[in-house]
Amino acid sequence: MDVSKFIAIIISTVFINNFILSKFLGLCPFIGVSKETKPAVSMGLAVTFVITMSSLITWLVYRWLLLPFGITYLRTISFILVIASFVQLVEMVIRKFFPHLYRAFGIYLPLITVNCAVLGAAVLNSQDFFVNGQPVAGSFWFSLTQGFFAGIGYLLAMLLMSGIRERLELIDPPKSLSGVPLAFIIASLMSLAFMGFSGFKF
Amino acid sequence: MNILVPVLTLSGLGVVFGAGLAIAARKFCVAVDPRLEKIYAKLPGANCGACGMAGCMGLAEALIQGTCTVERCAVMQDEERAEVAAILGVEAKAKVKLVAILHCNGGTKRVIDKFIYTGRRDCVSANLIAGGPKACFYGCIGYGTCAEACPFGAIIMNEEDLPVVDENKCTACGACVAACPKKLFSLVPVSKAYGVRCKSLDLGKKVLEVCSAGCIACRKCEKACPTGAIKVINNLAVIDYNICDNRGECFKVCPTKAIAVKENKVWRAE
Repeated sequence: MDVSKFIAIIISTVFINNFILSKFLGLCPFIGVSKETKPAVSMGLAVTFVITMSSLITWLVYRWLLLPFGITYLRTISFILVIASFVQLVEMVIRKFFPHLYRAFGIYLPLITVNCAVLGAAVLNSQDFFVNGQPVAGSFWFSLTQGFFAGIGYLLAMLLMSGIRERLELIDPPKSLSGVPLAFIIASLMSLAFMGFSGFKF
Repeated sequence: MNILVPVLTLSGLGVVFGAGLAIAARKFCVAVDPRLEKIYAKLPGANCGACGMAGCMGLAEALIQGTCTVERCAVMQDEERAEVAAILGVEAKAKVKLVAILHCNGGTKRVIDKFIYTGRRDCVSANLIAGGPKACFYGCIGYGTCAEACPFGAIIMNEEDLPVVDENKCTACGACVAACPKKLFSLVPVSKAYGVRCKSLDLGKKVLEVCSAGCIACRKCEKACPTGAIKVINNLAVIDYNICDNRGECFKVCPTKAIAVKENKVWRAE
């Protein structure tokens, strides 16, 4: 485990392989919840939290359950099972002990259950940090880092998008473009901009 | 036999998580206030959002937490309101009715423009460009963002492009207070008959250069007021409505008529 590997993972997941703008995962809330900054940031924070925790649990399930029994082809369905039940549990716990946080997350927490970015992070972890059915050295910590910073990248994209869309409310675009169509155009431009981080490969 | 391994593993996972959730649901259950459903049934159910909550359920929760009062709902009639109040165990007391008041009298005839604005007719947009086209930085831009924001149609724009609040329709929901980029609205008890219709913090000379209705901070009102309710703070007269008892001395002495009187629910400066 050396630090440079972690830094590489961080830069890579936040910018180069940004979940929304490069991998196109979790686009539904990216368009749906990005009209105002405040809910967008709440959504981003909730996603960060859930991705991190689900990275942890899915790693454990993959390492100690799916691999030993040789049933890695059940990865998708078992990850979904894990994530869905985990989000339910988290919802109950924070509703009981942190009602304030519960209200802040609001509807976004249950929405995340079916957010493909969360599943994407879990699947990518199991692809990237396992070689020939064996975890690479430091695999667990790499997974956690990748999960957490995937969430941060998500938060970043949500924040940028909502900031732009708040400003867009104040202009008078052609009627056919106003609202979501314009958001799609902005999303594609941002995506192109983020492509600059990886550069062109010939 | 090979089929058994994945079947057992997956159903095992399912059973474990299911049981875990069932136990957790028991352990972490939050007692829902039984009044919640009752109140929700009494509320209009229109989910109009005029109360500022996320639908009627939101209002019901806020009512139980005590963060707002029954009067918040603009749709309910008095009887329904009393029923909801009875469930809550409070009395639907005659709340001091508030209305929105605009702290600016600088219509197009009174304030000069500093440039010609050709963008979108929206105060928030115009405010982004050097604070809007009016020469007074603090004054009403006059494009009617408040009138659009008002869910009750209580604000109409007059011929001078100033918003006029219809006190019969105003429910003091605060939508205009939040919508105005110059923060010119405030909520004032409906019984108060005098108001400062200016928000300029500029010095008197500068105010007079751009506007014929602004507060020039001459302090005549401060000296005239027998109760000490009106004070000039940062070059602007401000009335403390906790003290003010409608004597109107400030209105009589104000040289620029920045202080206005309300007669028959209409604000009048002269």
